[in-house]
Amino acid sequence: MKDKKVATRQSYGETLVKIGKENENIVVLDADLAGATKTDLFAKEFPDRFFDLGIAEANMLGTSAGLATCGKIPYASTFAVFATGRGYDQIRNSICYPNLNVKICATHAGVTVGEDGATHQMLEDLSLMRGLPNMTVISPSDDTQTKWVIEEISKIQGPVYVRLARLATPIIYEENQKFEIGKAIQLGEGTDGTVFATGVTVAEAIKAQEQLKQQGIHIRVVDVHTIKPIDKERIIKCAKETKKLVSIEDHSIIGGLGTAISEVLTEEYPTKIERIGMKDCFGKSGKAEELMEYFGLTANAIVEKFRD
Amino acid sequence: MEKLGIQELEQKARQVRKDIIEQVYHAKSGHPGGSLSIADILTVLYFREMKINPQDPNWEERDRLILSKGHCSPALYSCLANRGYFPIEDLKTFRNINSYLQGHPDKNKVPGVDMTTGSLGQGLSVANGMAIAGKMNNQKYRIYCILGDGEIEEGQIWEACMASNKYKLDNLCVILDNNNLQIDGTIEEVMSSYPIDEKFKSFGFEVIKIDGHDIEEIIKAFEVAKNVKGKPTCVIAKTIKGKGIDFMENQATWHGKAPNDEQYRQAMEGLNER
Repeated sequence: MKDKKVATRQSYGETLVKIGKENENIVVLDADLAGATKTDLFAKEFPDRFFDLGIAEANMLGTSAGLATCGKIPYASTFAVFATGRGYDQIRNSICYPNLNVKICATHAGVTVGEDGATHQMLEDLSLMRGLPNMTVISPSDDTQTKWVIEEISKIQGPVYVRLARLATPIIYEENQKFEIGKAIQLGEGTDGTVFATGVTVAEAIKAQEQLKQQGIHIRVVDVHTIKPIDKERIIKCAKETKKLVSIEDHSIIGGLGTAISEVLTEEYPTKIERIGMKDCFGKSGKAEELMEYFGLTANAIVEKFRD
Repeated sequence: MEKLGIQELEQKARQVRKDIIEQVYHAKSGHPGGSLSIADILTVLYFREMKINPQDPNWEERDRLILSKGHCSPALYSCLANRGYFPIEDLKTFRNINSYLQGHPDKNKVPGVDMTTGSLGQGLSVANGMAIAGKMNNQKYRIYCILGDGEIEEGQIWEACMASNKYKLDNLCVILDNNNLQIDGTIEEVMSSYPIDEKFKSFGFEVIKIDGHDIEEIIKAFEVAKNVKGKPTCVIAKTIKGKGIDFMENQATWHGKAPNDEQYRQAMEGLNER
């Protein structure tokens, strides 16, 4: 893990420009948040392929669906709370049910939004999007992975939800790292435990792994970038090979990463798992790092789980 | 296909009405009232106006139709079947568990359906997307989007109207089926969307008001709309819910109800007499 930090929304904006040059069918839509979601980078480069639909998320998503029926590859962006909350019915009935090729790339997910507070901190988006047939759900953890996924999803058919963050987090992967949709990445071979993490919490899990190593406890970290389809094989393998399972996410413990793993374990290899996440509550205002501490979404919270 | 004249179109519209009753009767469910109110409009579109190819339903250059009030699928299915997109006898399988003819239109199941609809208020946004794509690709196709007068109570419609205007979508023609009834009563009683013409005008649309059951007026409206430049058009069609079946006309109760055996016989007799 490097010292350099980048917010995945920044990686998103930069990658849009790159793929926009290579594929003229790529169009980008936003709902008056282009500066924050970083789609403004694409807008500057390709003004004729950028559509700012104003503060009207439902219409933005429906328009994306229409563009997709005509062979365009729309990337639709706004904050996660608006994309999946206000736009849920449009995503369900106009995008997922007709299985249209729309890429919903939502930024500002989780409590790490920070000072804006609970109304803007989306904690249920993975749950909402995971329940939709035809939808692929991806929650990248760093700059390198985000750049890969934004390009990769332009090559696959069908709706995709990508969960991006406002908070700058450390770069985890080298540029030549290989990724595959649906295949989680295992970091380390420890057998004392597995920490499943996604998005901004992967860096915390790696920090915990280093701290625990000092204490002679050897865990592995599994970066679950694809929430759906979930990597069943990796989950079962880790359940068999390690003594303790923990999950951590900047999302409600209801319906997100921890739930998805629990579903696999319950059916395939019943094992206890401890879930770290937002415990059925709303967030609040504060600095992102303070909020992670306040709600226990940190390396320390993981280390605590291995204390006994 | 050769363009049909007014009398032939009236004949087709009568067939569409018969098919609507057949479908809803056999399914023992469905929405006859609003299907009958758009029968003449859809007949003109599918048998005269639209540039389509039943042999190649996904032809890129085709005109597209979005039935945003998707519950009126029986009218759309009849037009598609009679244009040769699928066998007419399949209409009797409407809403059946083994049928591809879903209660609401499904673009991936039914040949000729350009967009999946059903949850009201969503069609115009999709129509905008298609119209924008047409302009980007320099394609000449037109987009027709049929809205209900109750449906426009949905806020998303007005979000979409702003965008139709912003992007100057003169390849878009909205048709508003103004039958003045929704499930719980008249439009005025439930949630008035009037004055509809003034609303669309103020949102930047060219507005054309017609009798939605007068074939000649419908044809003319589409001719006028095609020549409007730099802005979208909204054809406000005054219609009668249940039009063509005496006992269904102007009755909100026939929004989503199937006729029984006696009512079915009566309805078909009435249509045959005309």
